[in-house]
Amino acid sequence: MPSLKDLKNRIASVKATQKITKAMKMVAAAKLRRAQEAAEAARPYAERMGKVLASLSAANAGNAEAPLLLSGTGKDQVHLLVVATGERGLAGGFNSSIIRLARDHALKLLSEGKTVKILTVGRKGNDILRRSFRENIVDYITFREVKQLSFVQADEVASKVLTMFNAGEFDIATLFYARFQSVISQVATAQQIIPAKFNDVSASDNASAALYEYEPSEEEILEDLLPKNVAIQIFRALLENNASFYGAQMSAMDNATRNAGDMINRLTLSYNRQRQAQITKELIEIISGAEAL
Amino acid sequence: MADTFNFELVSPERLLVSEQVTEVVIPATLGEMTVLVNHAPTMTTIKPGVVTVKLASGQTEKFVVFGGFADILPNSCTLLAESAVAAQALTRETLQKRIEHAQKEIDNADSDEHKTKLEQFLAELTHLNHTVVAA
Repeated sequence: MPSLKDLKNRIASVKATQKITKAMKMVAAAKLRRAQEAAEAARPYAERMGKVLASLSAANAGNAEAPLLLSGTGKDQVHLLVVATGERGLAGGFNSSIIRLARDHALKLLSEGKTVKILTVGRKGNDILRRSFRENIVDYITFREVKQLSFVQADEVASKVLTMFNAGEFDIATLFYARFQSVISQVATAQQIIPAKFNDVSASDNASAALYEYEPSEEEILEDLLPKNVAIQIFRALLENNASFYGAQMSAMDNATRNAGDMINRLTLSYNRQRQAQITKELIEIISGAEAL
Repeated sequence: MADTFNFELVSPERLLVSEQVTEVVIPATLGEMTVLVNHAPTMTTIKPGVVTVKLASGQTEKFVVFGGFADILPNSCTLLAESAVAAQALTRETLQKRIEHAQKEIDNADSDEHKTKLEQFLAELTHLNHTVVAA
């Protein structure tokens, strides 16, 4: 049984922790709003880009000379996994769920005899994946110093990926990130970015695409756009990831605050019980002392 | 008015403009082009340059864009720019920074083809530097 003084100290320390988690929750909520706005602001661009590319690539389907970014190298021996995680922890299952998905994917590929290369974006993912896939990690990018995520960072990642692809270092690239569904639900997602995959365009879209005039030629535009598309996809993933991170952190901190509250209640209860027990004990001592006289 | 169409200028970070306009001048890769209503459906890449927008209200606005492409339809025009700023907000320093960045990329470029492309980009930026800042 801890003494009264111990209990008092514990209550004080849990209260201090609760203050911290509450503050972190508020900060996460504020940042979440900003991250969500940024993710939404980026959406029109990504959507337009997707639409244009889908119609262009439909027009180019079956073309043997199509750019490699679209048709792929024709092999699937070497896989590149781009794993985007957060820079920090204290966000519940956010980082671990992305990493688990990436690790399962990597193990599956390895067991099939494929070569796996990993590019980690974000410190947490790098730290954890380094333990089990040390020799597979080819590069590591961190945005620790970056305050506001912008297209420049996505471009940095994309140019690394594209340089590797052009050097023939991998055949298929998959991007891992957490899709932002709502504040309480973030889904770890794997998305293939090279070769590019598009949703099938409907016949009506195809018809309008046929009427387009292209300046310069269709192929040149496609060649120009595909690398940009990779950057856009990465940018979108990074923004979603960012929003997911703050969402996860907010709910994790909310839980922590609530748990701390419960703990304080329990500790206060036993503190009071013990205090009363002590008073009773003292009373008994005084009364029995007086009776003995 | 019947002769207006919807113009949107989008950068990866945000939607800059979405308005009814009468006329847009786009710095397309193969030369500047002016888009009016009922333009034939066209898709074109753009080079760094100034986009001039004439709003339905008669005002003109200028934006500086750095590469991207435009999707033109008879009743709308969408410009997807890699990066875009309002011309007033552009300063010599930001341009200078971009020029330096491009220069560095040229130094790092491995293939000649890539290098040529970047050099072209740099030339356009330098040109932009003279025209915009002088104006």
